[in-house]
Amino acid sequence: MEIIAQYGTIFTSMALIFAFYACWAIGANDVANAMGPPVGSGSLSIRNAVIIAAIFEFAGAFIAGGEVTSTIRDGMIDTESLINRPELLMFGMTAALLATAIWLHVATSQGWPVSTTHTIVGAIVGFAIVGIGPDVVKWNKMGTIVASWFISPLLGGTIAFIITMSIRKFILETDNPYASAKARGPYYIFLVGFIVALVTFFKGLKHLKINLTDAETFGMAVVVGIICAIVGKIMIDRQNVSDADNKEFHYANAEKVFIPMMVFTAAAMCFAHGSNDVANGIGPLAAVLDVVSSQGQIHSKSPLPLWVLFLGGIAIVIGLATYGTKVIATIGTKITELTPSRAFSSTLAAATVVVLASKTGLPVSTTHIAVGAVMGVGLARGIGALDLRVIGKIVLSWFITVPVGAVGAAAIFFLLKGMFA
Amino acid sequence: MGHGNPFASLFGKSPFKAVQQHMRVVTQCAELVPGIFEALVAGNDSKIKEIKVQIDDLEHQADTIKDGMRTHLHKSMFMPVDRRDLLELLNYQDNIADMAEKIAGLLAERRMEMPVGMGAPVVALAKRCIDACLQAGKIIEQLDELVETGFGGRQSELVMGMVEDLSKIETETNAMVADLLRSLFLHEDEIKPVSVILWYQMIHWINELADNAEKVGDRLRLLTAR
Repeated sequence: MEIIAQYGTIFTSMALIFAFYACWAIGANDVANAMGPPVGSGSLSIRNAVIIAAIFEFAGAFIAGGEVTSTIRDGMIDTESLINRPELLMFGMTAALLATAIWLHVATSQGWPVSTTHTIVGAIVGFAIVGIGPDVVKWNKMGTIVASWFISPLLGGTIAFIITMSIRKFILETDNPYASAKARGPYYIFLVGFIVALVTFFKGLKHLKINLTDAETFGMAVVVGIICAIVGKIMIDRQNVSDADNKEFHYANAEKVFIPMMVFTAAAMCFAHGSNDVANGIGPLAAVLDVVSSQGQIHSKSPLPLWVLFLGGIAIVIGLATYGTKVIATIGTKITELTPSRAFSSTLAAATVVVLASKTGLPVSTTHIAVGAVMGVGLARGIGALDLRVIGKIVLSWFITVPVGAVGAAAIFFLLKGMFA
Repeated sequence: MGHGNPFASLFGKSPFKAVQQHMRVVTQCAELVPGIFEALVAGNDSKIKEIKVQIDDLEHQADTIKDGMRTHLHKSMFMPVDRRDLLELLNYQDNIADMAEKIAGLLAERRMEMPVGMGAPVVALAKRCIDACLQAGKIIEQLDELVETGFGGRQSELVMGMVEDLSKIETETNAMVADLLRSLFLHEDEIKPVSVILWYQMIHWINELADNAEKVGDRLRLLTAR
């Protein structure tokens, strides 16, 4: 216990810095997946994209980020068994954060497609197995998490496929695609707000002490959906269309209707992203804070301090503002193939799966789900060419990232243990 | 940072844009063919040479687009259509430009004597074959719409109708070829035997323009049928 009293401040500071860095990197890199399409199509300026992203990333982190944070903090390893050696948890979580930060820095500077989620999960399991013992790992939960890494992109693809087909049937293949898009667009926008709100508020939000009955949840989701639909309708009506544009490409005007619609899915995706990825940084931080503030009393049921979620949200927004703008611009120009209607389908699907995972407390990779969703649109024969080599690279990155996170965290764990204990 | 983003590297260059671009160059190239026969009828040798240079240049441009696309379309590209079908489509498009080049080449290199009464029908055949190529070009311009609707629905019905029109034009050219050959053999003793053989060949080459245009249409029908 003296170790904690003596070095608590040092570890708190380290955990704060690395957690901040991890969240910064998440904001800098991954937000572009959501904001790339609207910026690339010219429907949002970079400045507006950043403002919208900042609001929804933060809201996602703060409102819906609690479940995954709990999983990262004490869902994967049995912290109760560390009651007599709480400093190990402090060393371990700090090591996991440090290893993640280093790996992210190396990988992104080399342009490797790594996932923060996979790194931090690997890191936590790594220090736990090597530093404490395989028994502390909750293998059941780990099994679920790893399974979700496979299932979530598949689910995203399936949903994207269904949405693409429905848009085709109800809008593009009608006598007047533009009129259909205008008439039916608000219903699709309703769906965006409805789904995100329904999943987020289902059974209430524990960390915000909001309890809701099923009926209340449903009612709220309907209200959110309707508000989105009304705002969306106003935005759609503002779009300028002319028959001349349809000469070159028959669906030009119908696509224009999807431009404001795409802004809603992009916002939903930012919300989803914030709700899932903020945990990667602040989950371990919360664990360290817990050990230090309670002077070694590990109680896994202690509530998550709200200011930690707040901090994570702020760090993501800073990452977005300082570096994310560049990445959004780069990606926006690379994915012009993702027309507004396709971006709408794939982003809505991805956002749905990610909020679902966030609600279930599963740390997933938003980027991989976004890739899966785009594949779903491709399977509906909607995209010119998709480079399947990317999937190989993603799978390869899993096999590299998880062990690298694990080995790195274990090594740093022993280093910290040697220095401070 | 950002280069490693799997989301961005997922998107390849759309092959359909390249196919359309290629077809535009090919039709431009084919459209020059009737002019070269008109120049032959008028006995304007310098005009023939001039058009030949233009045709060669466009054919070369088409080749460059084709080669660029082939290297880009590696096997791991996931497309809404079969990769082989797409490459075949591109081949038929390319054949049109190749055929135009062949025709221009022969006319520029050899003084082709025109059999009596064949001038006007040859020009007419060439023009009708170019109509077929232009129709094929119009069909190819529908590719982006087809991608938007996933190669189905009423957009594909529209294309089917256009392909049928193309077939009709091609059938017409076949009849024109039969007439032309008949009049060639009628006058075969009036010109050099080698000229007869070469004209026989030339008439078929002109017809090949329409043939390949029709094949372009058929390939596109195959793409939508799947």
